[in-house]
Amino acid sequence: MDDATPAGAFPVEIRDLTVAYQSRPVLWDVDLAVRPGRLTAVVGPNGAGKSTLLKAMLGLVPAASGWVKVFGEPPARQRRRVAYVPQRGSVDWDFPTNALDVVEMGRYGSLGWLRRPGRADREAAIACLRRVGMDAFASRQISQLSGGQQQRVFLARALAQGADLYVMDEPLAGVDAVTERAVVALLQGLRADGKTVIVVHHDLQTVPSYFDEVALLNVRLVAAGPVEDVFSPENLQATYGGRIGFLDAPGAKATAASAAD
Amino acid sequence: MSFAAVIILTGALTAASCSLVGCFLVLRRMALVGDAISHSVLLGIVAVFALTGARSGPLLVVGAAAVGLLTVVLIEAVRRTGRVREDAAIGLVFPALFSIGVILVSRFPNSVHIDVQHLLYGEIAFSPLYRVELWGADLGYRSLWMLGGMTAANLAFVVAFYKELKLATFDPALAAAVGLSPVVVHYALMAMVSATTVVAFDSVGSILVVAMLVVPPATAYLLTNRLATMLTLSVLVGTASAVGGYLIARLLDSSTSGAMAAMAGVLFATALLLSPSQGLIARRRELARLRRGLAERLLLTHLDGGHGAGDRTTLRERFGWSARTEATVVRSALARGHVRAEGSGRLVLTEAGRGAAGEIGVG
Repeated sequence: MDDATPAGAFPVEIRDLTVAYQSRPVLWDVDLAVRPGRLTAVVGPNGAGKSTLLKAMLGLVPAASGWVKVFGEPPARQRRRVAYVPQRGSVDWDFPTNALDVVEMGRYGSLGWLRRPGRADREAAIACLRRVGMDAFASRQISQLSGGQQQRVFLARALAQGADLYVMDEPLAGVDAVTERAVVALLQGLRADGKTVIVVHHDLQTVPSYFDEVALLNVRLVAAGPVEDVFSPENLQATYGGRIGFLDAPGAKATAASAAD
Repeated sequence: MSFAAVIILTGALTAASCSLVGCFLVLRRMALVGDAISHSVLLGIVAVFALTGARSGPLLVVGAAAVGLLTVVLIEAVRRTGRVREDAAIGLVFPALFSIGVILVSRFPNSVHIDVQHLLYGEIAFSPLYRVELWGADLGYRSLWMLGGMTAANLAFVVAFYKELKLATFDPALAAAVGLSPVVVHYALMAMVSATTVVAFDSVGSILVVAMLVVPPATAYLLTNRLATMLTLSVLVGTASAVGGYLIARLLDSSTSGAMAAMAGVLFATALLLSPSQGLIARRRELARLRRGLAERLLLTHLDGGHGAGDRTTLRERFGWSARTEATVVRSALARGHVRAEGSGRLVLTEAGRGAAGEIGVG
């Protein structure tokens, strides 16, 4: 596989990407290169196309123009190397299944069509649950879990995918403090293992402490790069527009964060 | 084999084949799509008859499955226009296809054997009358062959694609992201539903088919938290409906299909009331228990805060409790040893009660 990846290929490289639902553009002419082994946050107001950007990286939405490459190839050819954490609200938590079973679903992709998960998959799933501190809840019905616990089950499932690139849609939205700490520790652990992580994030205040890089998105890409270079009041103003006031005043970031909610 | 056994077995196989695929319809919130398919396949039946003269056999199943898929594609297409919601889209598509089928039936004088009445209400009681012959040899009852084959096919489908069906139903985005196309799974499921519908309603009528696609799975859903158990239970519930329905029909001398469908409804209502985890009664009990727990916590924190003197009339006023609520709460708190009553009837917090109240304070 390695020789199929050009040397120095970015985990994600996006050129001139435009995505439209019906005639309304959701992403407009986006160029982005995500650097390997870093934690990258994607921030922007509601309707900025953050989830769509992630889905484009997974090859789930058709591009009106431009292209996306994952490790130098079209996303459809790199599915094994990418793990996905959808928004917690995107699934039906009343589905008749338990936490362990959901985590085991992370193995389905590498199994492919028709092959059934076996003992190795089960054990891998248990190990992933342990990594997020949820092994005691393995046989718990998923609707009986708290929101934060559900989120950790989703993260364990992504770990079970055993990928090189992790793409997460709002894993820190609406979770308790325990889960937030667990998730952040997990992200740092992934980075220490040399993995690349891209996270849609809503809390501007925590961007500098949690992430290395940030992409500011509002249909167009406003700026992207290391947090210390691009996470500036001017760029935030350009991203969130009039919805943020007093950007030059002290506490600007707190104001920005509340505007993002 | 006695006629009764053939009829019961026909009903049970209908139930098994329908509920296996029906579980996934219910979980995908597509129960009505089953209803739609079971009507619009009439068009497939008539079309195959008009083209080939066949009134049964594999060609008919293929034709019906094709129209079943067409139904699903059209519903999706109408919904995608963004001008109509999904329920309306279903309601628009299947009557159109069904009515084209009805018109065609009435245009073919030779098609008297395709009797719309029969397709809708069916008469499972006649199932022992049709037998299969091959090169002069009598192979047995047609309905059992057809429905037995369909049940085996659905079982094979669900077992083989269990993982794919589960993932595509629970989280289609992840399924797509890992390359297990939820679209392929969706249309495969719809093809199986269509084939099941046509095979089954030839023997039992579409009313029973619609009932068995939805009611046993919905019943099983109330009784378990595991998908595999839900599939097994739905087959059992469906079979029980067939047996029970047959007995009721004999007793009342009524339509067998109707009685079987009604029996499924009775089983559902029973589960809805009595299910230990999700039944209405269990839910109500749980709610009452939570309310009592909350009231007790209120009482403990109230006493712990040193408010009032534990005078029982003040309690009623303070919390707006009825005399009965107050009596229940106090009795429960006394039983747990969280409070004790002094001679004057005043309530005093015990050490254990103080501990419990403290926990609440922190939590």
